[in-house]
Amino acid sequence: MKYQTVIGLEVHLQLKTKTKAFCSCAIDFGREPNSRVCPVCLGFPGSLPVYNKEALNYAIKAALALGAQVQEHTKFDRKNYFYPDLPKNYQISQYDLPLSRNGFLDITADGKSKRIGITRVHLEEDAGKLIHEADASLVDFNRAGIPLLEIVSEPDLNSAQEAFDYLTGLKNIIEYLDISDCDMEKGSLRCDANISLRPQGSKELGVKTELKNMNSFKGVKDALNFEAERQAELLESGQPMEQETRLWEAQKNMTVSMRTKEGAKDYRYFPDPDLTVFIIGREMISGIKDSLPELPVQKLRRFMKEYSLSEYDAGILVSSKKDAEFAEECLKKYPEKDKKNMANWLIGPLLSEANARNLNLHQLGVNPDELTSLIGFVQRQELSHLSAKSVLTRMLDSGKSAREIIKENNLLQISDTAELERIIAAVIRENEKSANDLKNGKTNALMFLVGQVMKKSSGKANPKIVQELIKRRIDNA
Amino acid sequence: MTELNKLTAHELLERLKDKEITSGDIYSALQKRIKEVDSKVKAYVRLDTLNKLANQRTNEPENELKGLPITIKDNICTQGINTECCSKILQGFCPPYDATVINKLKNAGAEIFPLKANMDEFAFGSSTENSHFGPTHNPWDKACVPGGSSGGSAASVAADEAIWALGSDTGGSIRQPASFCGVVGLKPTYGRVSRYGLIAFASSLDQIGPLAKDVRDCSLLSQVIFGYDPNDSTSVNQDVPDFSKSLTKDIRGLKIGIPGEYFVDGMDAEVKTIIEEAINKLNSLGAVSAKVSLPHTEYAVPVYYIIATAEASSNLARFDGVQYGWRAKSDNLIEMYKKTRGEGFGDEAKRRIILGTFALSHGYYDAYYLRALKVRTLIKQDFDAAFKDFDCIVTPTSPTPAFKIGEKTQDPLKMYLSDIYTISVNLAGIPAISIPCGFTKKGLPVGLQIMAKPFDEAMLFRVAHTFEQNTDWHKSKPKL
Repeated sequence: MKYQTVIGLEVHLQLKTKTKAFCSCAIDFGREPNSRVCPVCLGFPGSLPVYNKEALNYAIKAALALGAQVQEHTKFDRKNYFYPDLPKNYQISQYDLPLSRNGFLDITADGKSKRIGITRVHLEEDAGKLIHEADASLVDFNRAGIPLLEIVSEPDLNSAQEAFDYLTGLKNIIEYLDISDCDMEKGSLRCDANISLRPQGSKELGVKTELKNMNSFKGVKDALNFEAERQAELLESGQPMEQETRLWEAQKNMTVSMRTKEGAKDYRYFPDPDLTVFIIGREMISGIKDSLPELPVQKLRRFMKEYSLSEYDAGILVSSKKDAEFAEECLKKYPEKDKKNMANWLIGPLLSEANARNLNLHQLGVNPDELTSLIGFVQRQELSHLSAKSVLTRMLDSGKSAREIIKENNLLQISDTAELERIIAAVIRENEKSANDLKNGKTNALMFLVGQVMKKSSGKANPKIVQELIKRRIDNA
Repeated sequence: MTELNKLTAHELLERLKDKEITSGDIYSALQKRIKEVDSKVKAYVRLDTLNKLANQRTNEPENELKGLPITIKDNICTQGINTECCSKILQGFCPPYDATVINKLKNAGAEIFPLKANMDEFAFGSSTENSHFGPTHNPWDKACVPGGSSGGSAASVAADEAIWALGSDTGGSIRQPASFCGVVGLKPTYGRVSRYGLIAFASSLDQIGPLAKDVRDCSLLSQVIFGYDPNDSTSVNQDVPDFSKSLTKDIRGLKIGIPGEYFVDGMDAEVKTIIEEAINKLNSLGAVSAKVSLPHTEYAVPVYYIIATAEASSNLARFDGVQYGWRAKSDNLIEMYKKTRGEGFGDEAKRRIILGTFALSHGYYDAYYLRALKVRTLIKQDFDAAFKDFDCIVTPTSPTPAFKIGEKTQDPLKMYLSDIYTISVNLAGIPAISIPCGFTKKGLPVGLQIMAKPFDEAMLFRVAHTFEQNTDWHKSKPKL
């Protein structure tokens, strides 16, 4: 039987506000354990939370950028459960009146745009971190109370690749908003996935598995692929599926059962009486809306329009905020009206260099003026495209300017016809047969002769001019 | 020289101002009194701290309260002084910070008395019998309870072991013991006093308030501790009037509502007579009393015990042995939780945690918690309507005078009903005061409760002070 995969993702983002969600402790990673704590985030008796307006602001930004409706009335609720990393044994979260609902994120699937629904975006607090040692378990509460944004998608994703694209798109938007580091390996972005299979065409959802413990986007994709296959095998063999939580073990490249549904967990949510219901005014929302930066989709449309880029090329450039900013600087400084050339350089040689060096475009350290200068040499036919690429490599390695490198290595293309004629004459003399072939209409011979000229000129001859000169000489002979 | 510990705060402040005495003299008088009588009253806990901390006193602060000592209930955090809510589970907990009210008191020049006042564990009770340290005795009859949960605070003031004190009131925990011990006790409007540093019982009901020997002291202490606190989201940014201007001794023309629902079966006949006489007194002073109806009164106790226990079950979850207080020896995490909480909490605490957990559970939430919230709104609306026609409402503080120690411990429901007249005030968030208004034949004090609309504590002081200055009840002292 053919199955359809149904996936929903639950993403948690640590917001990079200056202070924690409900107290004034600084958010400051990599510090001595329990050095960024106070009675409030330690849940000491008598302490009380006061919500952080900056965190609320960030959360509203994210909600708006994801097209969600920000609710005017919202409140915080207590989610009650016992765990030693949770200082109060309840987490301040949001239950029935989340900050916002009904958002979306567009991804590309099978070459077409696909809209993934976002059920809710809400604010909550992070827990501490357990450190297990041989004879004891220790708790570091530095992380406790850091604002977390929970973003829950609809079960609209139908493959591991779509899930991967959704995460990439989400990360990109959040990066544009500059409200979280979105680093899955460092835990500032966490993702749990719900996955189930159903017969193709069926409307009913199958029995789902909740996947945890993925610590990269690729891990999410691999875990989902593994799980889809595992579930399909189970269904094929007619074995009953059980709702369960499974952990992804990256080393073994498989998921293992953590717990089966032990009766739905009862978190006994109720409104936190320490934090009053609050109203987010329309004015506040429209103020935040107006202050939103240009988002990836908007930048993409603008790049396509302003720089006459294809959707594909523009898409590559806007897929990272800093890269897009770097690219735009280069495009702006490029003096030609047609920006295509610069765009090609950015998504061509520059991107390959970046990939080879495991860097992002903007991290290459190329000065946009230098890049413009390098492209200028090619434009003026003073440098072959091939040489230009090697100049770029040397620029990146040495930090020297294009002009310096070209001069030092004597790379300027020979466009001086007198000198070229001299070389061509020598080549024809040495390759009489090919010259005759060309004369007799064997056009293949032309490329051979051009190649020989290039060789003799150590690659500096301008191949276009060489071609013209050879043709003229043979035709006139 | 009169025994300084028997004077009111305002009398002592006069003498301090005139440099007739020093705050050290008052401190010594209190120490002496405690040594003499506290073995009978047991108003204080951890008595060994008295001598330990006595030397750490600061000298004669220049500010308005001039080093006057104040007694603090064991659930209000005091930096450097253990704060254990009279529970084993908080054994040894010494807060690294002061509650906002403590800060305010210190800034005003008060001396935080190093002994903390006894209370029902986590303020769960109406008799101070639920203290891990054992019960406090009523100074008027040592076989009787002092009321609760601020029984230690009330008894210490009544027995002149304190000049004045802070308590907390979630369902009557200041007013009922004030009534049982013959002192003045105020439950301020919800949001009037910062709860920061008050170890929470039921966050939407708790308020810190003063217990004092007369209304002037009560207003003086209110003046110091009232006010907005940015560290408490539920505190309200509302101006605090100058309460000395409320002590006018003039209540002519004030309209006083007498709710029929508060004068029903189960009320002690003697209490009823004493309250009626008090109302007559108010009328004779120029007030005009008339009947008023608070139709949802009968639901107050069940609504309260759902909301208060629900919040308490969550508030008390943090006492798990991980960070502070009592931790039972155990081999693993779950065992640590179970043993620590099993050994650390007393019976009443366990009862309320179980009740509250149940009320919040899936499938019961709507029927209990949500419904209780709705009825709470109706109770509040009763008061809103009543205060359209009346300046204040007068009732007994408690249906009975102080009962015998052990009399109600086996019957929690009976115990819960002793708060029947005080609970609605907390549910509605309004202020109310209890003042002495007479004695039973056996010599037990009876308290008169006056309620006012939100943030109108000035009205309470005005009526209470006028009544007090025209009676002598507050001048009687128990024989110890």
